[in-house]
Amino acid sequence: MAEYSPKVIDHYSNPRNVGSFGKDEDNVGTGIVGAPECGDVMKLQLKINDDGIVEDAKFKTFGCGSAIASSSYVTELVKGKSVAEVAQIKNSVIVEELSLPPVKIHCSVLAEDAIKAAVKDWQERHDAKTGAAAKPKDDTAAA
Amino acid sequence: MSVPKRIYMDNHATTPMDPRVLEAMLPYFREHFGNAASRNHAFGWEAETAVDQAREQIAEVIGGKAKEIIFLSGATESDNLAIKGVVEFYKDKGNHVITAATEHKAVLDTCKALERKKLATVTYLPVDQQGRVSADQVREAITDKTILISIMVANNEIGTIQPIAEIGKLAKEKGILFHTDATQGFGKLPLDVNELGVDLVSGTGHKIYGPKGCGFLWVRSKGPRVRLTAQMDGGGHERGMRSGTLNVPGIVGLGAAAQIAKAEMATESARVIALRDRLHRLITDELDEVYLNGHPTERLPGNLNLSFAYIEGESMLMGLNGSSHGDLPAIAVSSGSACTSATLEPSYVLKALGVGDELAHTSIRFGLGRFNTQEEVDYVAGRVVSEVKRLRELSPLYEMAKEGIDLKQYFAGVQH
Ligand SMILES: Cc1ncc(COP(=O)(O)O)c(C=O)c1O
Ligand code: FES
Repeated sequence: MAEYSPKVIDHYSNPRNVGSFGKDEDNVGTGIVGAPECGDVMKLQLKINDDGIVEDAKFKTFGCGSAIASSSYVTELVKGKSVAEVAQIKNSVIVEELSLPPVKIHCSVLAEDAIKAAVKDWQERHDAKTGAAAKPKDDTAAA
Repeated sequence: MSVPKRIYMDNHATTPMDPRVLEAMLPYFREHFGNAASRNHAFGWEAETAVDQAREQIAEVIGGKAKEIIFLSGATESDNLAIKGVVEFYKDKGNHVITAATEHKAVLDTCKALERKKLATVTYLPVDQQGRVSADQVREAITDKTILISIMVANNEIGTIQPIAEIGKLAKEKGILFHTDATQGFGKLPLDVNELGVDLVSGTGHKIYGPKGCGFLWVRSKGPRVRLTAQMDGGGHERGMRSGTLNVPGIVGLGAAAQIAKAEMATESARVIALRDRLHRLITDELDEVYLNGHPTERLPGNLNLSFAYIEGESMLMGLNGSSHGDLPAIAVSSGSACTSATLEPSYVLKALGVGDELAHTSIRFGLGRFNTQEEVDYVAGRVVSEVKRLRELSPLYEMAKEGIDLKQYFAGVQH
């Protein structure tokens, strides 16, 4: 185990936005990635408003200090961004911000996966809700 | 008294030197710096006398003879010499070695190297859930080609003590040589080579409050006389079994450490066991889902290996070891989590016990020793409890488990 960067220590000691949103809030997308056997599981939740902007985010993480820091940082990073922007976030941004060493890069990859999973979950709920209305639009776009 | 700035509870990795040991060593750096092999002057004689005294001191701890002690650089070299030395010397008798899956890498990788070079075939016995092998398992593994059994006294991660006397009896009955890596038990548990029926014993100074870089191999000289092929060629020191100028200050320190360990063994182990049990109790009084790894009673005095369900070991270490939380005292312990290892594989010892990977990732090893105090134990227990509570609040697994979700089922089929 190597030494940690000051930013990893800061997020580990004072994690931002820890917690969970209520289960039934339908404007929330939840991503749970990783597995206990691998030593890392992240839960990331994004609350997205009608304009498709991330209003709030929460996380819980089982994993090393770098994994906790990566997910904590992500909850700050996504706020105020559009769903489309958030879906584009790459793990390299996290690696750079937290100065993660090579052995900890997979912790940032997991955080990227968590964002994608949360967006996908929100998208599916959103489509289910607005299903009928959204469909013709998509068809037009495809044509 | 107040809590010190740093608390060392990793005494299986190494131990601080006892000041009495350091005192004994110092003259052998300064005025008595001679080469123990110099036969022609007082400098050499003084060194040789000191080395011979250390041989006596070590032999006394294990009930062997002084001349049966070979000094070398530590337990790693000792394991290598014992196993490679026997396999090479007795190659006309056979080539099969029996050992256990939870041995130290110094034994396992030595065996693997012999297999790679096609010098031996090796049976790695599985262990039970508490980390033990049985004499019956050994018996079943013996073939007419078996020349060596190598089973450790006690494990460095989980502290489990092996049934050495039973295996020794079997080895004698079958006429097979028996090596034991006694590194963790030497000076901490009563060991007698004749009662145990062992033929080769490995040990090292730095686990018994002595110096690093100095260890020994005890080699039985009678009933049977054990022969070895030297692994180091040169001036023929140590009856030809290990060439190289002797590390006189180190050997003096190893001897002094052994003598103190023997003299204080009974009181020290009672004290350390009481501290260890207190730590265990204080932690489990406050926290649920804490699991003991290893054997509940057949266990090294200072060893406490716990899995804290739902929190990953490295994140726990980070909360304890001074990397975070500003000015709080740093606590040195270790973990079997993959995230602490370069290979990202959880501890092979915990795996061999059948501890699931998910629990192996949450393990912390506390290693108590001579210089730990009750005050330190109470402080560490408090920090562990508050850190575990904090990290469980952060853990999605803890939340899911509390909601009644079956984690095994939930994560079944996840690729990893
Ligand atoms: C059981 C066991 N064997 C061998 C060794 C290696 O000892 P040394 O560091 O003296 O080479 C250790 C210490 O890490 C150990 O615990
Ligand atoms: S979660 Fe294992 S190294 Fe980060």
